[in-house]
Amino acid sequence: MNIPLSIANNIHNWLLNIMPAMAVGIIEMALIALAYLTLFAVLGLYLVLMERKVAAWFQLRIGPNRVGFHGLLQTMADALKLVSKELTGTVKADKFLYNLAPYFVIISSLMALAVFPFTKDLQAFDINIGIFFLIAISSVGVIGILLGGWSSNNKFALIGAMRSGVQTISYELSIGLSLLTMILITGSLQLSEIIEVQKNGWLIVQGHIPAIIAFMIYMIAGTAETNRAPFDMVEAESELGAGFHTEYSGMKFAYFFLAEFINMFIIAAIATTVFFGGWLSPFGITQSIPWLGVFWFLAKTFVLVFLMMWFRWTFPRLRVDQLLTLEWKYLLPINLVNIVIMAVIVWLNFTIQF
Amino acid sequence: MSYLSEIYNGIKTLLTGMSVTGKYFLNSRKGAITQQYPDNRDTLKMFERFRGEVVMPHDEKNEHQCTGCQKCEIACPNGTIEIIWDRAIDEDTGKKKKKIDKHIYHLGMCTMCGLCIEACPTDAIKWAQNYENSVYDRTQLTRVLNKPGSKVKAGIED
Repeated sequence: MNIPLSIANNIHNWLLNIMPAMAVGIIEMALIALAYLTLFAVLGLYLVLMERKVAAWFQLRIGPNRVGFHGLLQTMADALKLVSKELTGTVKADKFLYNLAPYFVIISSLMALAVFPFTKDLQAFDINIGIFFLIAISSVGVIGILLGGWSSNNKFALIGAMRSGVQTISYELSIGLSLLTMILITGSLQLSEIIEVQKNGWLIVQGHIPAIIAFMIYMIAGTAETNRAPFDMVEAESELGAGFHTEYSGMKFAYFFLAEFINMFIIAAIATTVFFGGWLSPFGITQSIPWLGVFWFLAKTFVLVFLMMWFRWTFPRLRVDQLLTLEWKYLLPINLVNIVIMAVIVWLNFTIQF
Repeated sequence: MSYLSEIYNGIKTLLTGMSVTGKYFLNSRKGAITQQYPDNRDTLKMFERFRGEVVMPHDEKNEHQCTGCQKCEIACPNGTIEIIWDRAIDEDTGKKKKKIDKHIYHLGMCTMCGLCIEACPTDAIKWAQNYENSVYDRTQLTRVLNKPGSKVKAGIED
């Protein structure tokens, strides 16, 4: 019935025949990690291309259209160029931390990808504290940014990194609380459980008004968390140059760049899983074909990614003080009230179920 | 209460902004303003107010409207225009009259400020929409605007 699963089973059995169970486990983990790494590196590249195309269309331009059919190979060419570039660094940089920082950022964003259920059986790691794991892992990335800014021994990079730290740590709170609002309905942190609950209607429908408020807060905070415009305090060309990655070049710069786009995908994927039913098809129209779940998951995620790009090309940038005012005076109090409303709704069974 | 109305107005204005950019996004196919230059070299036509270079239009009888008053030469801030002129006897009246020999224009020095065109009392010179001005030798940028054998149009000086 399920072709990919049967192929995986065949490989598993074949490996078990030729080596001990422990080695099989390690080899399978490595294989899956390699597959995810390749897939999401390519996905990150295409997100960059999508960003450039969407930006062009918003500004009535055409966008990249020279390399490959309609410019589809543009970011591949860019990545090849970045790989071939020299890795430069400053003399007074803290070499160890300087080289370590990009890996913190990229590894934390790739680790977060492991827990997403792309369809019923396609999930690398179904951990029972899924949402908690995601929030925790997405906080680790900021260490890489702070390390990068600190170790480059450049005042602009340091200021950029500090701004990023302030921003990410503040908005983490809103992300956590808005997801907590939805956890009140599901009663579970496990991502596969959360999707099971949504078979009676997506959570944004089940939770109606408080869920929509939570979704809006989540999208605002998520955009801020990924350091994207209108919250791109970190990169201010006139004030700070390129921010925390001013001193980075070549592949190390590409890691930061790729991580930013993969983080955007992760934020959209969490919203898809928690608010829009993950791999579930709308009204269950393709319930009989389980592998189409991947399509639905990616479709919903890319719509949300597009929404974030829409924000970027519409709204003007915020100042640092406006950024913190928005978080601490508006999003946080609304969020706390919203949790109480959601708790009352769940308690009195006012959720909409199909 | 102003707290809540601020939130309401904030969300409303944000959505207004998003609807504006959304319309641009949907209509971007029709209204793309990017010119794919070397590809559309044959069809590309510059817009009316584009300042390519200064030209002097001549009509079919090889007559221009320049009287040689040198107002453009004086108006030019960086000496781009040089007028070599002479006096000749007018056949009709028998009087000596100023006429241009060469109206020399150094495109290489021109900043496209347009002061000469504003200064011209007879509209003898105007902007061309030519945009391919690169050459291999800068002497080619020095142009004589009046065509050889041309003369001033009758009735312009009155």
